[in-house]
Amino acid sequence: MTYLAKPKLHHPALPKNELGFTRRDYEGAVSTLCAGCGHDSISAAIVQACFELALPPHRIAKLSGIGCSSKTPTYFLGVSHGFNSVHGRMPSVLTGANLANRDLIYLGVSGDGDSASIGLGQFAHVLRRGVNMVYIVENNGVYGLTKGQFSATSDKGSKSKRGVQNLDAPIDLVGMALQLGATFVARSFSGDKEQLVPVIMAALRHHGAAFIDVISPCVAFNNHLGSTKSFDYVREHNDAVNRLDVIEGRAEITAEYAPGTLENVVQHDGSVLRLRKIHADYDAHDRLGAMAYLQERQAAGEIVTGLLYVDPEAHDLHDHIETVETPLNALGEAELIPGSAALQKLNASLR
Amino acid sequence: MLPTDTRSPDYFHKVVDCQWACPSHTPVPEYIRLIAAGRYTDAYMVNWQSNVFPGILGRTCDRPCEPACRRGRVEKEPVAICRLKRVAADNKDDVQALLPKAPAKANGKRIALVGAGPASLTVARDLAPLGYRVVIFDGDPKAGGMIRTQIPRFRLPESVIDEEVGYITGIGGIELCLGRRVDSMKALLAEGYDAIFVGSGAPRGRELDIPGRKEAAANIHIGIDWLSSVSFGHVDKIGKRVIVLGGGNTAMDCCRTSRRLGGEDVKVIVRSGFDEMKASPWEKEDAMHEDIPILNYLVPKSFTHTDGKLTGVVFEKVKAEYDAKGRRKLVPTGEPDQNFECDDVLVAIGQENAFLWIERDVGIAFDQWNMPKVDPKTMASTHPKVFFGGDAAFGPKNIIWAVAHGHDAAISIDKLVNGEDINRRPPPMVNLASQKMGIHEWSYDNAISNDLRYRVPLREKNVALKDVRLEVELGFDQKLGYLEAERCLNCDVQTVFTAPLCIECDACVDICPVDCITFTENGDETDLRQRLNQPARNLSQALYVSDALKTGRIMAKDEDVCLHCGLCAERCPTGAWDMQKFLLDMTLAGPACHSR
Ligand SMILES: Cc1cc2nc3c(=O)[nH]c(=O)nc-3n(C[C@H](O)[C@H](O)[C@H](O)COP(=O)(O)OP(=O)(O)OC[C@H]3O[C@@H](n4cnc5c(N)ncnc54)[C@H](O)[C@@H]3O)c2cc1C
Ligand SMILES: Cc1ncc(C[n+]2csc(CCOP(=O)(O)OP(=O)(O)O)c2C)c(N)n1
Ligand code: SF4
Ligand code: SF4
Ligand code: SF4
Ligand SMILES: [Mg+2]
Repeated sequence: MTYLAKPKLHHPALPKNELGFTRRDYEGAVSTLCAGCGHDSISAAIVQACFELALPPHRIAKLSGIGCSSKTPTYFLGVSHGFNSVHGRMPSVLTGANLANRDLIYLGVSGDGDSASIGLGQFAHVLRRGVNMVYIVENNGVYGLTKGQFSATSDKGSKSKRGVQNLDAPIDLVGMALQLGATFVARSFSGDKEQLVPVIMAALRHHGAAFIDVISPCVAFNNHLGSTKSFDYVREHNDAVNRLDVIEGRAEITAEYAPGTLENVVQHDGSVLRLRKIHADYDAHDRLGAMAYLQERQAAGEIVTGLLYVDPEAHDLHDHIETVETPLNALGEAELIPGSAALQKLNASLR
Repeated sequence: MLPTDTRSPDYFHKVVDCQWACPSHTPVPEYIRLIAAGRYTDAYMVNWQSNVFPGILGRTCDRPCEPACRRGRVEKEPVAICRLKRVAADNKDDVQALLPKAPAKANGKRIALVGAGPASLTVARDLAPLGYRVVIFDGDPKAGGMIRTQIPRFRLPESVIDEEVGYITGIGGIELCLGRRVDSMKALLAEGYDAIFVGSGAPRGRELDIPGRKEAAANIHIGIDWLSSVSFGHVDKIGKRVIVLGGGNTAMDCCRTSRRLGGEDVKVIVRSGFDEMKASPWEKEDAMHEDIPILNYLVPKSFTHTDGKLTGVVFEKVKAEYDAKGRRKLVPTGEPDQNFECDDVLVAIGQENAFLWIERDVGIAFDQWNMPKVDPKTMASTHPKVFFGGDAAFGPKNIIWAVAHGHDAAISIDKLVNGEDINRRPPPMVNLASQKMGIHEWSYDNAISNDLRYRVPLREKNVALKDVRLEVELGFDQKLGYLEAERCLNCDVQTVFTAPLCIECDACVDICPVDCITFTENGDETDLRQRLNQPARNLSQALYVSDALKTGRIMAKDEDVCLHCGLCAERCPTGAWDMQKFLLDMTLAGPACHSR
């Protein structure tokens, strides 16, 4: 915890983005999380990603549930829209908001307790509906806010701070997201911003349901020897399949890469994801292959990270139900109440 | 890069930019904190220990610390370090009881000091408490040197000089021989002193030999001679139209003094451009505030006169041209000469040393410019018993340099007399102590003030211009002093990193408001400087580099714009970062400076 507000003074050479904002303009209130909490690094990565993409802060809506992780939207994007919902209910609030105003950029922030325990049902449905959003789970394997009980993502055999083993099988949110039809699925680590920032940028540029599982050590309750979500354990078992750069527009490739190690993925909105493959035969467009690979590595005790699956031509909920282009909240009386003639026409078409 | 060796006293000292830049290495942030805490007497004594003349310097110092101040790199202006010194001096209690006294039993050694300026007075202050018998000679009737004779009273009241010179002479063991010029070094050496210190300054004003100089001599004055005549009350008026020639601080004092002695149309006319003028920016500001225009790129060609009376000065217009090496040359523009009418001219185009009284066969070597050969570390001349300091050593500088020279010369004299090698200089005394009081509690105020630099209140102009002895600056009051003190970033409270404790969680990187900290692969310095989160382009500022961490990376911190806010340490879950106060006191003459 820090009581001091972060000083306004900044580095004299701090760069500005196309909108004339510095990275500092994307920050929020000073964090009250424990010193060293992985969640704070994820906040910093979100700030960096939004700055680099030059997103207009007032066009972003951040939504969350309950937990240390769900508190973090206060600590970034201080001038964006925010909604702190009840425990596990962020997805339904986000879905509603997205339906009402499809023009905003939706960022759902949740925890492993919030999404895999109490909110599992909501988690499943928001993904299978393909709501256009970035859904980040800050995954520490415990209920941090309520003092460190095992959560549903805690690995079998992982030890609590007091030495007790978790005997329940874990829920793998990445595996579920793949199975439920998420069109962008990634896993990263709060201690590796070089990987995490581009992943968040790519997800923000994705049209469809983008899910990112970010392993985020809880320094207060789950960073000890015997935990599978500690800084040391994750660093030792991190199996990154690729690295990512996000490029706005088509830029030339200058560096030399061995054949088969570089792939450009052009997304729906024209953004280019440059995948630098670490495992040459890992295919980020093969949903089934990804699921199999994940299961296999997980059994071997490895944590697979990187952009695991992407469908660059994905569709979202609005595409499915064919809503109008204009956000519902911007429709006027004329469009919303077309009159009895229109009603009769509609009724006739259904006879 | 190799891990930074923070045990070398210079490493953290350089981080305290102001203290490093101060010739006598005053612990600036330490006294600024004491002022903020209302401990004015303690703040005064911290100063007095290092720079001997806090009240005088708090009004007049050339402030090499301020251009160096870190605050000036993160916002517009540095901390008003100099004028804060005055706050300590103005608000202190009686300090008599805190001052040293000469011991009852003298050590039997006699030292002669030539000149009673700040350099000599510092030597006296350092040596008298050790039991030395110090004899000071000065041709002037009062002690203080140019502090007394040159710096105008409206900048520095005489009472402040009397007080601070008095603190030194009050130590005891000091004999003031005023009104006594030393005319022969040979004779002085013959008197058998154990050492001699020459602090005779640079007392001669440079002449301007152009046509008309002799004919109009009655109204052409050498600036420093004229200023000292004003100081001693021999001169109390000047013509209505005055031209001051020269662009240094002496010119600024001449023109401002003229405005107070009847000068209504006073101009400063300078050869060089405005920015290259030697005068400090604030001195130029003060002059212009008193309605004195500064005209540039005009070279004086001749004085005009009728019937032996000065009528004006003719100038050639020039412009600056730079050669391939960037050296400036002033070349005529070809435009017609310009004539300015005036009643008096003050020539303030430089000062020179005058060592006519030192015979060239006494063992003191001089160089081709007629300056003594002096070792800048020990202040020793080529004569084993003769030392130089202040303006006499390397030409005109300023008070704080004179003080620094005085300290160094006193150490040399003390070592010499004790049979030690004067080239073995004593290391400074350093202390590093954690400031942690609680999870987010520090024994210093780590909140960063957003206030811009406060202006020192001035006396109303029409009142100030009426009396040459009326101090024009009113000084910060306690409230302003507090607010200005809060702008200091506490650069002496160091960020100290303990690599084995670091878990590389990035918390410090994320919180740092100025992006000082990076975890990255090691490399050579040039490479590393470019790869930091914010590239470290200020090469005069160090990189603090750790040992390899668990991931094989290193921690690299650019010291350049660190706010010393302590947030890295507050955010660190393991205490790998700590805020530790680095206190460095220069060792002065006395037992601590002896090798044995
Ligand atoms: C107009 C003017 C304004 C200045 N303003 C400032 C300022 O605001 N801030 C600042 O830091 N500096 C200022 N300076 C510079 C500063 O005054 C000097 O750098 C400083 O006083 C040098 O100290 P010193 O001890 O070397 O010699 P001085 O102060 O010059 O003292 C030397 C003394 O030696 C005496 N002396 C010389 N020869 C002999 C001899 N043969 N026998 C006996 N006595 C002798 C002289 O009478 C004199 O009193 C100013 C200088 C001038 C000319
Ligand atoms: C309906 C409801 N049930 C239980 C709680 C108690 N509670 C608060 S936070 C939390 C778990 C949060 O865990 P997670 O989402 O992993 O967040 P973390 O603190 O670990 O980041 C629980 C169970 C609650 N606030 N509301
Ligand atoms: S309890 Fe754990 S998750 Fe919560 S703030 Fe502290 S370190 Fe972070
Ligand atoms: S901020 Fe304070 S400590 Fe730092 S250089 Fe300036 S005066 Fe010195
Ligand atoms: S004290 Fe720490 S957090 Fe504050 S500016 Fe310096 S390095 Fe950054
Ligand atoms: Mg959790």
